[in-house]
Amino acid sequence: MPETRELVIVGSGPAGLTAAVYAARANLHPVVIEGIAAGGQLMLTTDVENYPGFPDGILGPELMTKFREQAGRFGAEFVTADVDRVDFGERPFGIWVGDTEYRAKAVIISTGASARMLGLESEQRLLGKGVSTCATCDGFFYRDKPIAVVGGGDSAVEEAIFLTKFATSVTVLHRRDELRASKIMQERAFANPKIEFRWNSVVEEVAGNGSVETLKLRDTVTGETSELEVDGLFVAIGHDPNTQLFVDQLDMDANGYLVLPHAGSTRTSVEGVFAAGDVADHVYRQAVTAAGTGCMAAIEAERWLEAKAHAEGAHAGAQPEGAGRSG
Amino acid sequence: MADDIQTVSDATFDETVGGAETPVLVDFWAEWCGPCKMIAPALEEIAVEHRGRIAIAKLNVDHNPDTARRYDVMSIPTLLVFKGGEPVKRLVGAKGKGQLLQDLAEFIA
Repeated sequence: MPETRELVIVGSGPAGLTAAVYAARANLHPVVIEGIAAGGQLMLTTDVENYPGFPDGILGPELMTKFREQAGRFGAEFVTADVDRVDFGERPFGIWVGDTEYRAKAVIISTGASARMLGLESEQRLLGKGVSTCATCDGFFYRDKPIAVVGGGDSAVEEAIFLTKFATSVTVLHRRDELRASKIMQERAFANPKIEFRWNSVVEEVAGNGSVETLKLRDTVTGETSELEVDGLFVAIGHDPNTQLFVDQLDMDANGYLVLPHAGSTRTSVEGVFAAGDVADHVYRQAVTAAGTGCMAAIEAERWLEAKAHAEGAHAGAQPEGAGRSG
Repeated sequence: MADDIQTVSDATFDETVGGAETPVLVDFWAEWCGPCKMIAPALEEIAVEHRGRIAIAKLNVDHNPDTARRYDVMSIPTLLVFKGGEPVKRLVGAKGKGQLLQDLAEFIA
């Protein structure tokens, strides 16, 4: 069995890296298994205008680079790979990255959330050929072309605004009759002459031979169907928590979010496993709330480890060493 | 490490990719693309570990739009595997090294 670490952090968005800063400063020597999607959702964004401390805004990837540098400065170790399997049923906890095994007394889960897809066969077929989930990556390919964005939240509106730099027109398709996006983003979108809205609209099919040519839409109120000719479709209909790894190990709700049974705490259903950021938050989902809960998780993990060491120390005085381990 | 990955352009693409003896995986990428940066280290490792079986090349779509257009690349990262100058496999989006190796198994086995 490999050396047992005090703390392993899984995930490296604002939650995981803030936890790493705090844990490293508490001398827990955390290992951050940052994942192939290191940096998380902010790596796919452009300007972050609501993270305090950056009055002129900052680019998402740049912000995450700073987070990582800060954690590294205090000695956090990074592993750039995805976790394949965990075992929280035994102690120390087991975490596997390929053939490499990690053992940890405490774990912080901050695996975040990933973009949700529409779930259409035609969407999969044309992924990368007109269907995209990353406006900052792919906007460039739609210079002087008409495109559509499906979704009604902040990320959909932000993508629509960004895409007007390239596209001739951006049609926002939303299944409701009003946006969920923040007021400031809504106002910017309504003021943008290149953005048009189609309310109560759902995409039934993405059609095209080699690449996207037409969207088949249905009006959710009247049931009428229509077609929209576009060269690209950007999907921004929300996110699903990345919790597949923890099925049967940690309690989660019907939507897959980790359940935190103790109000005001990042403790999960398994003692010694903590969760921070979007993986357990379907309400706020902000970089700053993720960072905040990351801090909480690190402090809670530190205190829990300390209490456990203290209890084991007292225990070991009365009994032969290792006697208390099975509990 | 960097020597194991060639850089190709609109001008050199046909000669480099068409004239290769092994399959060539071309990574269509750009500076502004976060997921492209995520997969770069895995591609570098694969280039070294499977040298002689598959060659890996990078094409910057920002500087070389013609080649990207020619192969209908509309999303990055897109990885296209060429054999005898013809595209035979297309992978879209960022994937981990394990997944990449699985997807490329037919070329590196």
